[in-house]
Amino acid sequence: MSLDVNMAEIAQLFIEESLEGLDIMESGLLNLDLGAADPETMNAIFRAAHSIKGGGATFGFMEISEFAHHVETLLDEMRQGERPVTREGVDLLLQSVDCIREMIGCLASGEVDTARAKELESQLEAMLKQNPGSAAEGGSAAAPAPEQPDPAESGRAEEIGLGWTIRFRPGRGIFRSCNDPLRMFRALESLGELEVRVVGADDLDFEDLDPEECRLGWDLELRTSSDREAVEEVFAWVADECELDIDPIPGPAGDVPAAVENDASPETEEPAAAPQSEAAPARVEARAPAARSAPKPGASGQETGSIRVNIDKVDALINLVGELVITQSMLSRYNGDFDFTQIQGLREGLTQLSRNTRELQESVMAIRMLPISFAFSRFPRLVRDTGNALGKNVELRLVGENTELDKTVLEKIGDPLVHLVRNSLDHGLETPEERLAAGKPETGVLELNAYHEGGNIVIEVIDDGAGINKEKVLAKARERGLVGPDEQLSDDRINNLIFMAGFSTADEVSDLSGRGVGMDVVRRNIADLGGHVSVKSESGVGSTFTIRLPLTLAILDGQLVRVGKESYIVSLVSIVETIQVCADKVNQIAGESELFKLRDEYLPIVRLHELFGIEADSTRIDDGLLVVVEANGQRVGVFVDDLQEQQQVVIKSLEANYRQMQGISGATILGDGTVALILDVPGLIQLYFDRHGNPQHSAVAVA
Amino acid sequence: MQSVLAVDDSASIRSLVSYVLEQAGYDVVLAEDGQEALDYARDNTVDLVLTDINMPKLDGIGLIKGLRKLPHYRFVPLLVLTTESGTDKKMEGKAAGATGWIVKPFDPVQLVGTIQKVLS
Repeated sequence: MSLDVNMAEIAQLFIEESLEGLDIMESGLLNLDLGAADPETMNAIFRAAHSIKGGGATFGFMEISEFAHHVETLLDEMRQGERPVTREGVDLLLQSVDCIREMIGCLASGEVDTARAKELESQLEAMLKQNPGSAAEGGSAAAPAPEQPDPAESGRAEEIGLGWTIRFRPGRGIFRSCNDPLRMFRALESLGELEVRVVGADDLDFEDLDPEECRLGWDLELRTSSDREAVEEVFAWVADECELDIDPIPGPAGDVPAAVENDASPETEEPAAAPQSEAAPARVEARAPAARSAPKPGASGQETGSIRVNIDKVDALINLVGELVITQSMLSRYNGDFDFTQIQGLREGLTQLSRNTRELQESVMAIRMLPISFAFSRFPRLVRDTGNALGKNVELRLVGENTELDKTVLEKIGDPLVHLVRNSLDHGLETPEERLAAGKPETGVLELNAYHEGGNIVIEVIDDGAGINKEKVLAKARERGLVGPDEQLSDDRINNLIFMAGFSTADEVSDLSGRGVGMDVVRRNIADLGGHVSVKSESGVGSTFTIRLPLTLAILDGQLVRVGKESYIVSLVSIVETIQVCADKVNQIAGESELFKLRDEYLPIVRLHELFGIEADSTRIDDGLLVVVEANGQRVGVFVDDLQEQQQVVIKSLEANYRQMQGISGATILGDGTVALILDVPGLIQLYFDRHGNPQHSAVAVA
Repeated sequence: MQSVLAVDDSASIRSLVSYVLEQAGYDVVLAEDGQEALDYARDNTVDLVLTDINMPKLDGIGLIKGLRKLPHYRFVPLLVLTTESGTDKKMEGKAAGATGWIVKPFDPVQLVGTIQKVLS
C-alpha cells in the first residue's frame, strides 16, 4: 500500500496547517484582554492547539503533540473560565507558540530539539499546579496518547483461563446509538469460540413489539485466551446502559484465576466492534520515521518562491490579454496593402494598443503586490515582548495595513522596519515613570502607518516618545568627526545625522536595538531598495521615521538627463532639485574638487562627462544644469547638459547582460530603441569621492 | 459504494481520513465543521458519519444531536474521531447518540477496520 508516500504529503499539509494555526494562536493571544478573554478568540486559540496536538500524534510527531497537550490543557482551563487570563499565562503561551513553531521548523531538517520544550513544559506544569482543583482534571486533560498498549499485558497470564461467561442484558435504547449487539458478538467471535443463547425471546409479544427497542438479553460463553479487559472493551461503549456480568469459565483442574479487580473500566472506549484498535498508537509510531523525513526542506518557511494571488487579479489579467488579442487582430488588418485612407484606423489601433499595454503592465504588477500587513503582522508580538523586556507600556497602532507593495520589496523591508520599531521602543518611548513625570499618559503609542503617495509607498514609524536629543546627537557627531566643530546645522539635518555610518547615541549598546547594527545599515538597506528614509523629531513630543519606497523594483520612475550624445536615467526619488548656477558661485578646492553653495550648504559638483570619460556639449557650469541628488545623507550636484523627459523605465540588469559597473545600477531601453544607463546615485557619489577625496574635509575647509 | 461523511476542522486530518477511506473503497464526503455537515445531511444520506468533537460553529456533540433529530439519520452509525478521551465528554457524546468513540491518534488501517465492522 502506498500509504506512506501519501502520508508524507498529508503530513506536509499538517505542517502548513499547524503553522497557520500557530499564527492564529499568536495573534489571538496578543489580542486577548487580560482578565476577561473573549470566548470566541479563546476557542479559536484552543482549537488551533487542539488540532496541533491531535494531528501531531496522528502524523507521528509525538514531541510536538505532547508539548501541545500541555499548552492545550492550560488553554482549556482559561477557556472554561477555570483560570483567569493573566499576563504571565499569555507570555508563557506565546513562548510555547514559538517553541512549537521551532519544533515544526526542525521537522523539515530532521531532529527535533526538545530541550526548550521540556523547559517550557515544566513551566506550564508549574502554572497548572498553581490552581489546585483545575489541573489534570476534566475531559481533555488526558495525555494525547493514553492508549499505549500495555506491554505488560502478557505478564498478566494468570488472569487468563479457559474463557469467560458473559451475561449481557442491554438497555432498551441501545439501538438508538446504532450499537447492534450482533456486531459486538462478531467482535467477541474474533477473540475465540463463542456460544450465544438468547434470553427473553419467549416473552416477546408481537402486538406491542417496538422494532426500535431492544427487548432481548443474551448469555454468552466465550472460549478464549484473551483477558477480561479485551472482553470488557467490546462492551465498553454500552457498559452504562446494560447489565453486564463477566465471569471466568471454571477450569477443570480448578485453577480458576482470581476474580480480576474491576477497576479496569477500560480507557479506550472504542466503538464496540473494534477491539483491535488499541494497537493503533503502536502502528502510528512505527510509521513515524517515514512521515518525518518526508517534508520538503524550506516548504514550511515563509521565503517560498510562490505567491498567492487573488483570483480577481488573475481574471482581470486574462481579460486584458483577451483585449490585447483583439487589438492585435485589428492591427494585423493593416499588415498587407496599406494606403493612407486607413491611417485613422491604424492610429486608433495604436492608441488602443498603448492603453492595453499600460493596463496589462499595471495588472501584472498588481499580481506581485501584497498588502503590507504581511510585514506588519510580526509587530504586535515584537512590540509586546520588547515592551515587556524594557518595562515600557506600549500601544501599537497599525494603519493602512492593506496598502499594497511589491513582494520583493515587502520581503526586504521587514528587517529595516524591525530595526526602526526596536529603535523607537528602546530610545524613543520613555518608561511609564518618565512619561508620567513629563505629563504624558503612561502608555506610549507606537504607530505604523503605510500609504501610497504618487508611485511610492510611504511607511511611517511614529512614536510619541521623548524625541531625538539634538544636543547629544550633535555632540556625538562632532566627537566622531562627522560634523565640523563650528559647523551649524538645521534641526532636520541634525536629526538625520543618526543615519550616518558609525553613529550610535546609545551610551551603551542595548541588547535590543543595539546588536551592533546602526541606523546607517537601515538606511543602506532601504537605499538598496531604491528607497529613502528620514526622520522628523520634536523634543518631548516624539519622532516620525518616514520610509519612502518605490512600489516595485522592476520599474523605476526616472528622469532622463543628457550628457553629449548619451542619455542617462536618474531615479526621481534621489533627485532633490535641479538648478542652474553661475560659474562665480563655484569654488575650486585644491584645483580639483569644485563646490557650489546651495543655500547654507556647500555641495561638490560631479561632472558626469569627466567621470565617464565622454564628450559633453560644454564643460562650462553656466551652460549646463546641476541635478542635486542625495544618497546616504550626502548631496552632490551632478553636472549635465540638459534635462529630458521623465518616464517610467523597465530596469534591465547590467550585471546579467554585461558586467557590474560602479556608478551604474542598470540599463533600460528607450522608446527609440537606444539603451540608456541608469545612474546608481550612491555608487556615483562614492566613485566621485574615491577620485576627489573626503567631502567633509573640503566642506569644512570652505565653511 | 458505501458513503462516509467525514467531519473535521483540520485539513490534514480530513485529507488523511478521506485518502484512507477512499483507498478502502468508500465514497467520502468531507465537511469542515458540524454546521457544514449538518447542512449536507439535511438533503443527503450517508452510510456512516465520522466526526471530530472540537470544531468551530457547531461541535461534534452538537452535530450528533442534530443528526439524530433527522429522521433519515436515526439509525446511521455516528462515530467520533477525536483527541478527547475524557469520560465526561464520551458520556456526553453517547447521550447525544454517538455509536462509537475512536481516540486520536488513530491508525489508518485500524480506522478502516472499525468502519468496515460497523458497516458490515
